[in-house]
This record gives sequence, C-alpha cells and structure tokens, in this order.
Amino acid sequence: MDLDPVLLARLQFAFTVIFHIIFPSFTIGLSAFIATLLVRWITTGREHLHRLARFWTKIFAVSFAMGVVSGVVLSYEFGTNWSRFSVVTGNVIGPLLGYEVLSAFFLEATFLGVMLFGWKRVPPWLHVFSAVAVAFGTATSAFWILSANSWMQTPAGYELRDGIAYPLDWLAVVFNPSFPYRFAHMLTAAYLTTSLVVLSVGARYLLAVRHLDEGRTMMRMGIGMLALLAPLQILIGDQHGLNTLEHQPIKIAAMEGHWDGSKPGSLVLFAWPDEKTESNRFEIAIPNAGSLVLKHDLNGLYPGLKSVPPADRPPLVPVFFAFRSMVGVGVLMLAAGWIGAWLWWRDRLFETRWYLVLIAWSWWLGFVAVVSGWVVTESGRQPWLAYNILRTADAASPVQAASIATTLVLFVLVYGVVFTMGIYYINRLINNGPEGRAIEPPEFGTPVRPLSSVIDAGPDILSPQR
Amino acid sequence: MEWYVPVIWAALIGTAVALYVILDGFDLGTGILFPSARDERERDQMMNSIAPFWDGNETWLVLGGGGLFAAFPHAYAIIMPALYLPVIVMLLALVFRGVSFEFRVVAVTSKRYWNFAFAAGSTLAAFCQGLILGGLIEGIKVENGAFAGGPLDWAKPFAVLCGFGVVAGYALLGATWLVMKTDGAVAERARRHAKLMLVAVLAFMAVVSLWTPFAIERIAARWFSVPNIYFLWPVPLVTALVAWMAWRWLDARHDALPFLASIALFLLGYLGLVISTFPYLVPPVLTVWQAAAAPSSQIFLLLGTTFLLPIILGYYVFIYWLFHGKVREGEGCH
Repeated sequence: MDLDPVLLARLQFAFTVIFHIIFPSFTIGLSAFIATLLVRWITTGREHLHRLARFWTKIFAVSFAMGVVSGVVLSYEFGTNWSRFSVVTGNVIGPLLGYEVLSAFFLEATFLGVMLFGWKRVPPWLHVFSAVAVAFGTATSAFWILSANSWMQTPAGYELRDGIAYPLDWLAVVFNPSFPYRFAHMLTAAYLTTSLVVLSVGARYLLAVRHLDEGRTMMRMGIGMLALLAPLQILIGDQHGLNTLEHQPIKIAAMEGHWDGSKPGSLVLFAWPDEKTESNRFEIAIPNAGSLVLKHDLNGLYPGLKSVPPADRPPLVPVFFAFRSMVGVGVLMLAAGWIGAWLWWRDRLFETRWYLVLIAWSWWLGFVAVVSGWVVTESGRQPWLAYNILRTADAASPVQAASIATTLVLFVLVYGVVFTMGIYYINRLINNGPEGRAIEPPEFGTPVRPLSSVIDAGPDILSPQR
Repeated sequence: MEWYVPVIWAALIGTAVALYVILDGFDLGTGILFPSARDERERDQMMNSIAPFWDGNETWLVLGGGGLFAAFPHAYAIIMPALYLPVIVMLLALVFRGVSFEFRVVAVTSKRYWNFAFAAGSTLAAFCQGLILGGLIEGIKVENGAFAGGPLDWAKPFAVLCGFGVVAGYALLGATWLVMKTDGAVAERARRHAKLMLVAVLAFMAVVSLWTPFAIERIAARWFSVPNIYFLWPVPLVTALVAWMAWRWLDARHDALPFLASIALFLLGYLGLVISTFPYLVPPVLTVWQAAAAPSSQIFLLLGTTFLLPIILGYYVFIYWLFHGKVREGEGCH
C-alpha cells in the first residue's frame, strides 16, 4: 500500500480540528449566554433565569469536556504531524499559543470548577463572577488562537533567516492584517451558533407545551441575538472578504470560481469548478456582480485563478462549495432572526406553529456555517501552511505513513464513539428539560463550606459508613 | 541573555512538567485505582474527590506541550515525531477518561462503560507517559536537526519498565490523595493500596537508578565521577528516608502527610532524572541552548509568564481552599 504521509497527516489534522471546533463554537457562545442569564438573575431576582442557567451549565459541562480533550490533542499535533512547521514558525506561533494557555485555559478550568461544584459553597455574586470569568476566558482563548491562525494566513512583523521565521515586532505579529476581521467573524459566529441552538430548544419546549417560561425566555433572547448579529455578521464577512482579496487574492478567486482576471467577475450562484478545463461547468451566475461586491464597481478587476500556475492554486471544490454553504446558512439565519423579530413585534411569535417547527429543526445550522467557514479559509490557504513562508508539503514530520494511518483510524473510532455519545447525552438533557435532576445544584460533597453562610443541611445526613 | 533565558525556560518547563506529574498524577492515579471500588457510591466518592480539579490539572499538560513548542521548538519538533505512537495513544486515552467525568454523571444504563473508560483511560495514559519518559531517557536518533529513527524506536524493555513505574507512581499519588480527601471504606482501602504502591515505586526507582548508569555511559559519568558523587550521594539516601516516613505516616493514620511524602518522593525521582539528563532536552544531542527559540520569542513569553503565573498559582490556592475537606460517601457533585 502506497500512502502519502503528507495527505494522511492533513486528513488526520483536518479530522481532529473540525471535530474540535464544533465544541468551542458552542461553548464560547454558551458561556456568554449563561453569564448573561446569571447577571439578569442577580439583578432581577427572577428564579426561572437561575433555573435556566443551571440547566445550560450542565450542557456546557458536557460540551466543554469534549472541547478540552479534543483541544489537548491539537496542542501536540503541531509537533507530531507538522514538526517542520514547528521549527519554521515556532518562534512566532509558539508564544501566541503559550499566551493562550496562560491567560485563558487556567482561568476557564478554575472558574468552571466553581461554576459546576461551588453553587452552595460560594455567595451568589462569586457564582455570577465565575460565569463571567469563564465566558471571558473562552473569548480570550479565541483571541490568541485566531491571532496564531491569522498569522499563518497573513504573516507580519517577522523576518526569514535561513528559512526560519524570527519575530521583529510583536504587536504586528499579534495584530496581523487579517486578525481583527477573523476574530470578529469567528466570535460572532460562535455567538450566532449558540443563539440558534438556544432559540431552537426554546421552540421545542413551546411545541411540546412544557417549560413555557423558560422556553419563551430562550426564544426571545435567541431571536434578539440572531436579528442583531446575523446582519452584523454579513457585514463583517464582507469586510473580511475584502481583506482577503488584498492579502490572499487567489483564495478569493477560488471562493468565487473566478478564472480570468482580465474580465470583471460574475457572482457565481452555482457551478462545478473544473480544474482540468480551467473553467466552471453548469454555471449559473450574475454577470459583473462579483466585481460589484469585491471592488464596489461593476467593471472592477481582480486576480483570477489563471494568474498563478496550477501548483499554486488551492483545491477548488471544497473552497468553492464550503463558501456557498457558509453564505447560505448566513442568509437563513438572517431570515430566522428577522422573521422571528417580526412575529414577536406582531405578538404572534409563540403561536406561529410553522415558525416554531422550522426553528426547532434548525439547531445545527450554525455548526455547518462554522465548519464551512473554516474549510474555506484553511483549504483556501493551500498550498501554503504559512502563507508565502512554508508549503504544506514541506511542513510534515518525519513519521511513516503506517503510523499516521493507524492513529487516524484510532482517532476516527474514538471520536466517533465520544462524539455520538456526547450528542446523545446533550440531546437527552435537553429533552428532560430544566427540571428535576438536571437543575439540582451540583455540589462538591464535603461538610465545610468556606464562603457560604448557609448552615449545612441535606448532604450531611448521609454520614460516613464504615 | 542568550545563556540564561533558555535556562530560565528550562526551569519553567521543568516546573510545569513536575506540577503536571504531581497534579494530574493524583487524579490519574485515582482512575487507576477506580476498579477497586466496590459499588457505585464508592465510585462517586472517588470521582467527586477529583472532579473540580482535573481540568486545571490537565491544563499543565497543555502548558508543557505549548511551552515546549514556544520556548524550545527544535526539541518539540524532534520529540513529538520520535514518540509519535505513545503520544497519540496517550492523548486518546486522555480523551476517554476526560469525557468520562461528565458522561458518567449524565449516563444511566451506560454508566459502567464510562467507569471502564475512566479506569482504562487513566491507566493507559499513565503507561504511555512512562513510555515517553523511557524513550526520552534512552535517547533519540537525530540527523540534521530532525528525528531520523523508526516508528518503534522507543519500544524497548526500559521504556516498558518506565511505563509500569509511572502507573505505580500515579497509583501511589492517587491512593494517598484518597487517604487525604475521602473517608470510610474508600480511605481504608486506599491506605492499604498506598503501602503496596510505595513498595512497588521504590522497586521501580531502584531498578531505574541501577539500569540507567549501566546502560547509558553519560549518566554513569554524571553520577559517579569526582566531585559529583560527593554532592549526589545524599539523593538516594533522602529518597529512602522519605519512603520510610511515608510508611510510618500511613501506619500512624495521618491523613495529609502520606500525600505530601508521595509528592516529595516524586520530586526526588524527578530530581534524579534532571541530574541524569541536564542540560539535554533531547538526549543525547540537543541541549537547552541548541533547542531554544529566538531570544525575542523567549523573552516575549517570559514577560507574560512573570505576570500570569502568580495569578494562576492564586487560582490554585483559591480552588483547593474552596474544595478542601473530605468527600464523604454518598455526597455528590451533581
């Protein structure tokens, strides 16, 4: 069997990183949602907000655990799969990852412990503070990892000596040209993804005529977020695209299916980009609309794929279709938010059955958009691993194909089991709803409660049995 | 600057690894001892004693990997491919045991599978860490600054010995942790296990201490040359003394002292390994200076570390204080 180790290393990394990103996209938003609920609870004293926060904290714990364990894997895969990349870019990327661990991971781990087990041990304000700290930690983590990723896309503030990158200006490294756009785009994507999940669960409860207070709160908060963030996200995405056109024009050409840079670009709605004939088959397109979007001019010109040799082009099919899938979901989210807002304004939101049914089934859309977006930007960076510094083909570790193939199979099996069970448990928690065992204050069982004035009650009845 | 910044970083990463080994050591060790629990209530009690801490403990592993990548990219780029299989299997084992914490709580009929995943994942992760340690001590084949060996270079009797040694060591930490943090039948059993594991750990330490100088010349030279031997002879003696104290304290029914003695034992073993290998990060080819990242990279991250590490230690003091005391049987987290 003749397997290409670079291809296997890419498959393995793609598999583990796609699996991983699903959880942070959910937990970044969910931690902010829980923190918001708790802040509203402590200021208004409305008890159903506290119930909701406790309920979502359970779901957060399961998702966060999957995010942590799949994230630990990634911090080692840079070395196991891409050791040449580690040497070439380690001086620059390494400290960014170091800052992520130091500034975010310990913060999250500590205050998640308080959130999960300290409900009865700490006063309410510290509980709320912990939730805010976790939400801040998840966003900080996104800040550093997106800075590192953006540097791989649009490197800045460095010099190359003997093929190795050395940092010159750390501010330029951290705030490299694509970073502000990518960070805003991803953070908004995470908040949108979670908002849709929350909205969808709310719709499920209303359809089932259960947990009506909680369901209505979730729907109102979800729709509010969607109606505001979906249009904002489209605007950020547009700006991000213009930034990409400036720094990675061939990625844009691949996203748009734009071959010939000497003519204005059309907006390709559907096509099959054919790398052999260097043209689009079955194309349905709006002439000159691509130029209008990207150059704000009907006759504006921008580079086409043919301007570089085939070896310097990214793989077209994934970039082209993932881009359409991401944009499609974005439009659906905008529709969901605005229709919902309109129904809410007309006071028909909770009675409009078709809307509730559609929303109840669309919880997964945000995840599709996030994964599609990452496929666009990561595949679109090819054939480079670090843009114009190191090609993917030159970045791999000296590891044999058989080792990578074996572990790839193991990853698929292990993640398959863990992912399936995780989704199954989360779904069951959601079906059970915010009642009973799911919202019992979790508690680390010891008789001493340092920060609480509450006198010991229940648990100590179960005294030690020798 | 060029001389001492890499040394500071080697000390910091060394500290991170030591903290990881001790902190995740006791929660992996609790997992290794998990099958000894008689029923679901005892399992709950064992797991609850570590549930608020494990995530933070495992973060030191990310810091070890991330820190190595940041401060010593050349070493990171050689060690990871060389120990590819044990590293990946360790990560997969950690996936299983990590999700078991949460899955076990929400599972109903499938609880026993997650009990198994937790115990097996903890044990396998510990064993793989031993393989990694053994493979590293024995040395890595390097040509032109890159790993140049085969996928199973590490698979030698010495690495397997280290694998069992680390499992026994973590089980000792876990057992003494349970003595400190639980009571009732679980604590009683842990006290017995701790003695058993203490004997096993001493045996492994003795074998490793005799094996490495005989098999590896540079280690013999480090320990037995004059004047080094004048400074180093107390190390095994202090180790024996600490082990004896641990045994005494277990007998005397102390709660916290056996755990502290196990930590001291680990630190002494660690000190022995550092004496054997420093200044090599990748024995026997790459020193901390050769493996170092550019000075500006090391200094940039050092600035943040100086500021953030005290805060992180503050988190630790806070969370261990918040969740101090014993976990009684029947008391739950969820």
